[in-house]
Amino acid sequence: MTVLEDLAPPPKVEVPPRGAGRRDAWQRRLPLLPALIYVVVVTQIPFLVTLWYSFQNYFFDVPGGAHWTGLSNYKTVFTSAAFRGALVRSVVMTATAVIVAMILGVAFAVLLDRKFIGQGVVRTLIITPFLVMPAAAALVWAGPMLDPNFGLLNYLLQPFGVHHVAWLSTHALGSVIVVMIWQWTPFMTLIVLAGLQSQPPDTLEAATVDGAGALATFRELTLPHLRPYIELGILLGSIYLVNVFDAVRLMTNGGPGTATTNLPFYLYTQVNNAFDIGGAAATGVVTVILTIIVATFALRMFARVFQFEGAAS
Amino acid sequence: MTAVAARAQRAREPRPGRVREMSGKVGWGIVAWVVAIAFFLPVLWMVLTAFKPESAAETWPPKFTFSPTLAEFRLVFSGWGPYVTHSLVATVGSTILVLLLGVPASYALSVHPVGHWRDGLFFFISTKMLPIVAAIGPLYVIALKAHLLDSIWLLIILYTAMNLPLAIWMIRSFMLEVPSELLEAARLDGAGRIREMTGVIMPVISPGLVSTALICVIFAWNELFLALNLTVTNAATMPMFLISSVPQEGLYIAHLSAAATVASVPVILVGWIAQRSLVRGLAMGAIK
Repeated sequence: MTVLEDLAPPPKVEVPPRGAGRRDAWQRRLPLLPALIYVVVVTQIPFLVTLWYSFQNYFFDVPGGAHWTGLSNYKTVFTSAAFRGALVRSVVMTATAVIVAMILGVAFAVLLDRKFIGQGVVRTLIITPFLVMPAAAALVWAGPMLDPNFGLLNYLLQPFGVHHVAWLSTHALGSVIVVMIWQWTPFMTLIVLAGLQSQPPDTLEAATVDGAGALATFRELTLPHLRPYIELGILLGSIYLVNVFDAVRLMTNGGPGTATTNLPFYLYTQVNNAFDIGGAAATGVVTVILTIIVATFALRMFARVFQFEGAAS
Repeated sequence: MTAVAARAQRAREPRPGRVREMSGKVGWGIVAWVVAIAFFLPVLWMVLTAFKPESAAETWPPKFTFSPTLAEFRLVFSGWGPYVTHSLVATVGSTILVLLLGVPASYALSVHPVGHWRDGLFFFISTKMLPIVAAIGPLYVIALKAHLLDSIWLLIILYTAMNLPLAIWMIRSFMLEVPSELLEAARLDGAGRIREMTGVIMPVISPGLVSTALICVIFAWNELFLALNLTVTNAATMPMFLISSVPQEGLYIAHLSAAATVASVPVILVGWIAQRSLVRGLAMGAIK
């Protein structure tokens, strides 16, 4: 560390003239601008337009275009049982899938961190579900895997007294969540595995030598070390899983009834079946506000991770 | 001192410990293999079913032995042309655009950071948290009015915005790893910022750029929601091809499995080959 400090340039003594400082600031900013402008234009403008349309009565199939209706779209959103249901299901689906995937991910990562025959092959097999196209995963689970009449799962569960269960009708929500877990466990495994492999081996060895049991070592040393990795896995997983659409659309189409309708699918039906741009926009605005509230907490978590970075380097 | 003594004593210890250790290793290995095979089973079943004749795909009990046929694959390859072209253009186009925008931006957030680099980084991450689904209705109207509906350009534009935040985050973490002596040496040689970026930083972080590109490719290739809402035929991508392979009636399970296999295999193969850099990319993006 001291060597690096010696190599570091001596602190600048001379104060650059005003003009040069400003030029330097712009030289620093310039490379950032294209990406910043791009992201602002492409991601923020649609949300501003969404805000605008949320106060309009605008049905795509009704001629005459949009006209101002004030807060009526919002009144509909807040009194709509369908919206509340979709919101609750979104939370349940995301939370369950993320938590279970993370628990499995930690377990698998611990397994993969050991030496055994065919370690590479096992890791390859375990990460594969993450690489399968979600639409393909949804359709393959819905048909060849879960079909009541010829599905593989019913066949494998036969010895346990399961007979031709129509999973997608009787356990729709659970089935969708299982597929979400199946696809995202590999992602969690990879992140946690990276954390495990970055753990300095000598501290673990010291703990073993000092007579600490495997479980105690894991709880007292490994888990705290993994914490930022686990937090980030949960954060990234939530960002992607709260938007899960493919599995819902292709496995159950939101049903039976509205049993698996989450927010993305609800918005999709508002636009595609009801052509209700105004209503969908109001739903979207409420969704975004709720997301911002959740994300504020999430960003706090991020800030902690960045502090960790500072401490580590 | 205790550590050395204990280790020396363990080395002198006779067989039993070794044997237990060995059997423990084998035991964990078996558990790992069982878990891996269970996890891989749906993929294996998809590929197996793809080689079945349609009549053997929907039987009870499910058939594990059958005479394999390529008939369904032939059917898939006869119809996938436009879809796979659109997917390739959207995936490659958006990934290139992500790198073109992301590398300079990451540079401005790491090597010569702008004043408020922390805020900038948080802004990029926060756009990932706004669910794009919330804006889908207005997005449709905007695309319609801009004459971008059902156009491959629209998908390129949106996939770039979708992947850029994660990419900036990852590339930045790789740039932070570049040894500062290297940058210092380049500066002493009189390299300007552009030469510093293209001549010094880019070669060092190229493995990181590859894993970043890889993750962008995976997300763009697999994306369905935007494609389904904003394209019809002129820009329909592989996930939509998959949906079109499920007919209203008749047997279709083998055909569906073949289409699902074909749609998934490119990303699976790339992911298998590059899994080390995938792990590295995710981990670096996650922590640094």
